[in-house]
Amino acid sequence: MPAVELQSISKTYNNGELKAVNEVSFSVKKGELFGLIGPDGAGKTSIFRILTTLLLPEQGQASVVGYDVVKDYKEIRKKVGYMPGKFSLYQDLSVQENLEFFATVFGTTIEANYDLIRDIYIQIEPFRHRRAGKLSGGMKQKLALCCALIHRPEVLLLDEPTTGVDTVSRKEFWEMLKRLKQEGITILVSTPYMDEATLCERIALIETGNILSIDTPEGIIRQFPKLLYAIKAARMSQLLRDIRQYPEVDSCHAFGEFHHITFRQNEDALAKLLGHLQNLQHQGLEIKAITPTIEDCFINLLAKA
Amino acid sequence: MRTLLFLLQKEFRQIFRNKAILPVIFVMPMIQLIVLPLAADFEIDNINISIVDHDHSSLSRQLVDKIAASGYFVLSDYGNSYSQAFQQFERDRSDLILEIPSDFERKLVRENENSLFIAVNAINGVKATVGSSYLGRIINDFNADLRLKFNPAQGLNPVPVIEVSPINRFNPSLNYPFFMVPGILVSLVTMVAVYLCSLNIVKEKEIGTIEQINVTPVKKYHFILGKLIPFWVIGVFIFSVGLFGIGRLVYGIVPAGSILLLYSFLALYLVAVLGLGLLISTYSETQQQAMSLAFFCIMIFMLMSGLFTPVDSMPTWAIAIARCSPVTYFIEVMRMVVLKGSGFADIRYHFLMILGFAVLFNSFAVWNYRKVG
Repeated sequence: MPAVELQSISKTYNNGELKAVNEVSFSVKKGELFGLIGPDGAGKTSIFRILTTLLLPEQGQASVVGYDVVKDYKEIRKKVGYMPGKFSLYQDLSVQENLEFFATVFGTTIEANYDLIRDIYIQIEPFRHRRAGKLSGGMKQKLALCCALIHRPEVLLLDEPTTGVDTVSRKEFWEMLKRLKQEGITILVSTPYMDEATLCERIALIETGNILSIDTPEGIIRQFPKLLYAIKAARMSQLLRDIRQYPEVDSCHAFGEFHHITFRQNEDALAKLLGHLQNLQHQGLEIKAITPTIEDCFINLLAKA
Repeated sequence: MRTLLFLLQKEFRQIFRNKAILPVIFVMPMIQLIVLPLAADFEIDNINISIVDHDHSSLSRQLVDKIAASGYFVLSDYGNSYSQAFQQFERDRSDLILEIPSDFERKLVRENENSLFIAVNAINGVKATVGSSYLGRIINDFNADLRLKFNPAQGLNPVPVIEVSPINRFNPSLNYPFFMVPGILVSLVTMVAVYLCSLNIVKEKEIGTIEQINVTPVKKYHFILGKLIPFWVIGVFIFSVGLFGIGRLVYGIVPAGSILLLYSFLALYLVAVLGLGLLISTYSETQQQAMSLAFFCIMIFMLMSGLFTPVDSMPTWAIAIARCSPVTYFIEVMRMVVLKGSGFADIRYHFLMILGFAVLFNSFAVWNYRKVG
């Protein structure tokens, strides 16, 4: 039995004008770290709200730990830990009071599940008498995770937990998730950052309510249909324009220091392009074959869709 | 049960930590209770009068003295030109003009009759009516004195006169705060209950904590009770301080009726108005919306409640609206029990109505508050 399962779930807003989630199906295995990757407005939060029983789907069926999200919502609420994207703990209660509060409403105590949150809680324990509203962003996030874990949930639903958090804290956070996975907790996490995708066991790429692909990060990269090259020159924006105008080029996107390009098919297209660019007086040309990133795959899938 | 107790503990903790709301709950009602009844005094005095005396006789001077000595009037102008007096009217320096004709004394003595002219500035309707009736009474008095002076021989009045001497029951000295304090206390309790209750719930919506609560196994009724009970307790507290602290110590008001009866009515009443607060919160997404909605309701309730103008003297359609406000009933009950000492039998109907409001508001609110969106 999968820990989380969605079967052609749909949800619209504004009386059907806006399709937020469009026949989405995927399942998360027990004990899996599953990532829902997509830009803002892709429908990630709507899916989370359906799974946490806060939103009713218009179509399809979804279940969490075997319970239906519509019929058995009461059971799901006992088994799920939810951390919404927006910090929503009591700002005027202290760290410890917040934790105690959520322990109590789940009918448990901090002591009973302390071992589960110890590694995380220990970092915010020095501030346990500070009001939650006065914590820094990273500490707020740790507190929210503690509160979502305090009742030892079977499934942890994390909606954009790393949005607005600094790089170091993000890294720490993923380390924490890995440790929680070892405890046997199923984790469904969403993120708009493509670089975090490789930290998940399996990912679903989602855009405007549609699933583009579901696989392991490696699998998705392997499915990338073409050879990918990174190219660099002195005048990068001029280079981008020139490459895009070249007929043999399939796609060209700016990726930080380099532009990533794919060709339509021709084997000797690369040499031809280089010759063409040299004719155009581009200085300091540098080109290499690279392994695609999840972002390349995402853009590629998006172009096909 | 443990969950509920914990929710209550959390709620009280948050209330006592809110440095902005705490004075609103505990200090402001007390200040209002001290200031409002003294300021909102409906007794009309300091009526400005302009007297145009064309006569300048001893009689006319006697009349003027009598008017000035009555305590109600302030002589703003004394002259002999009506147009000058009317200018005072126009500048709003004068509320009444009394014109004494030139042959006032002579004609009165000779012909035993005369007439005076009174003009009333009716911009402030209340002041105009009350002022002219005061003036009429003073002139009547003056007339009676004259009769006695001119016809002292007659032992008995030739014309039978019915003399009316009213006696003020329940508030013998016509002490204005006796009437106002219980009413204002009701309005304060209502405001605090409705505002705080609705704002508190909407705050959880605004911050997003309500979603966190919704994904926990906390039951709907636990959550609602956890919100209602703290403000119920605060309502009872404010009422007690207002009744025993301010009412008794500052104004010397001792309820004539049963305290127990008052409190049982209060208990039910608070359930009703907290239900209204809850209902408002289910319709608002932000505290600003809740505040505006609550303000509208409170405004209508207060002005239609009979606190300032008696409900019975409103037009029929307005009475119907007033009867739809729980505040109306509690103000009536307060005045009946505190001033008249009415018993349960007298306010049965009010109990029934408030019970109706309580059931209506709360069930509507609970129906409208859904855990699943």
